[in-house]
Amino acid sequence: MKTFQGRVISPGTLQAKALVSKQGLNTLASFQKALQFGDKEATCGDQNNPDLYGKKMKGKALCLPQTIGSTTGGLVLYCACAMGRQPACLLFSEPIDSLAAAGSILADVWLDNVSMPVIDSLGDDFLNYVKDDMDIEIQDKGTVVVK
Amino acid sequence: MKGSCCEDIGEIMILTKEQEAVLKGQEGEVKAKVMETVIRYGEIFGADSLVEITSDQHHFVTSFGLKALTPIYELFDTLIEAGAVPDKKFTADPRPLDDAVPSSFLQDFVFKKFMYSKQEEYEAQLKKLGLLNEDAFTCTCYMDEVGNIPKEGDILSWSESSAVVYANSVLGARCNRNSGVMDLMGAIVGYVPNFGLLTDEGRKASWEIQVKTSKKPEAQLLGSAIGMKVMEDVPYITGLDAWLGNELNDDVKAYLKDFGAATASNGAVGLFHVENLTPEAKRLGRYLLRDEVKTYVIDDAELERVYRNYPVVWKNKEATPKLCFIGCPHLSLAQLKDWSRKVDERLKAKGKKKLVIPTVFTAAPQVAKAFRQSPEAKMLEERGGIVSSICPLMYMNNPLCGKVPVITPSNKLRTYTTARYDTDELILEQITGGKI
Repeated sequence: MKTFQGRVISPGTLQAKALVSKQGLNTLASFQKALQFGDKEATCGDQNNPDLYGKKMKGKALCLPQTIGSTTGGLVLYCACAMGRQPACLLFSEPIDSLAAAGSILADVWLDNVSMPVIDSLGDDFLNYVKDDMDIEIQDKGTVVVK
Repeated sequence: MKGSCCEDIGEIMILTKEQEAVLKGQEGEVKAKVMETVIRYGEIFGADSLVEITSDQHHFVTSFGLKALTPIYELFDTLIEAGAVPDKKFTADPRPLDDAVPSSFLQDFVFKKFMYSKQEEYEAQLKKLGLLNEDAFTCTCYMDEVGNIPKEGDILSWSESSAVVYANSVLGARCNRNSGVMDLMGAIVGYVPNFGLLTDEGRKASWEIQVKTSKKPEAQLLGSAIGMKVMEDVPYITGLDAWLGNELNDDVKAYLKDFGAATASNGAVGLFHVENLTPEAKRLGRYLLRDEVKTYVIDDAELERVYRNYPVVWKNKEATPKLCFIGCPHLSLAQLKDWSRKVDERLKAKGKKKLVIPTVFTAAPQVAKAFRQSPEAKMLEERGGIVSSICPLMYMNNPLCGKVPVITPSNKLRTYTTARYDTDELILEQITGGKI
């Protein structure tokens, strides 16, 4: 078990299983198929991401460095939240990028009854330590416990 | 459970009385939420204040009625119903559909009935939000023919990455690389958070790029090499003025448009400086370099290495190209005319009458209109070229296009789709029937 400290972007506490991407998450490429064709489990459709391709993202503690790709990324993330196909939380090892920040803030401000806690700046050690299916617990004030 | 960290919204940032009043709901609950969105977004990046948007018009990236984005259109309905709309008109990115562009029956069916089934509805929303006019759909709103051209020092709320990097670098305006919808949120309140590329410090370069090629480098290849190296950092480029000169004429601006789009899509560059050429580099020179800079030397061998390393993601790598897109970002009028003359001359030289690969040349509606008045338009039409104002990226952004071998001289289109990149010369050779 290891504890990491990050910064709260969108608040909330929860427990979930980890899903890890060592490379940047291309939000549009990852979520488009799920949003377009009614895949409620949000199976990752990005063929360029071997860590996530074909895996179900909904309800997982998505651990990643940053998001990348088209500037539609923020609104795609917002839509995933609005349609209930979002990860349980987003845990960034690096400072959050502008696309993910926009999506996270839009979801937190504009969607009622949707929760997707977002923590950033957890550090390289976090991403090196965490593996798929490990237990993640988000506590108050940006504390993340990995078991 | 959803917690609350946000009672202190606006406490990190210094707000004016007017901004605070909007945040507290003086102009309605919806506008208060828009202000909250803009402030929280800025606070993440350490913004100390909100600064007024000074451009005459806005430009938004979201131009497509993609069914997958239905919740966004619902959000826009909320804004429109509450009267929370920008007080200035805007242009938007290109449309995703155009009947002039070749497509199969299946593609047409999927595009119109599934993917972009919200297009009409969304364009009606854009009109209510303040769309400039029916022709306001292009990624190159800064072309003279379109006229959405920010002045040096203007503060913008844009998010189309190729337009942001052009506005910052070539026009000397100030804009961060925002996400779609955040551009609209800023435009509604009239302010953007003061951080990053809006600040003098954020506009300083942490990379010195030394161009040492034996000929003028291909814009889209050079931009790609630099983008992949520096990612989101600001590069200061030396040696390129030897090839481009010291004046921002139409040819140079078109070069920097394509170059910038490649830096922004192959990396995440929002601003570059070209020594002795771009406005801030001319004014401030090497003062724009940070105390500690990394160096990247680009010579012929480095460009060749970058070019050879692009993956070709076609299922059959040897397939004959079925379609070619030229103009991502949209072409300038001079570029359209130049391509037309080159196509004509090359076909004449080969003793051929028509292009052998269906080729779509894309430009802003106003640029295409001006082009159609020129002798080159007839020349291109007779050779079988198609002029359109479609967004090639949105056209290709679907699984059906993954099966079609498309070629392009756009490094942006290569990055986001299955299109194969080739240099301008190799593209010209292929579409006129040559083998490479």
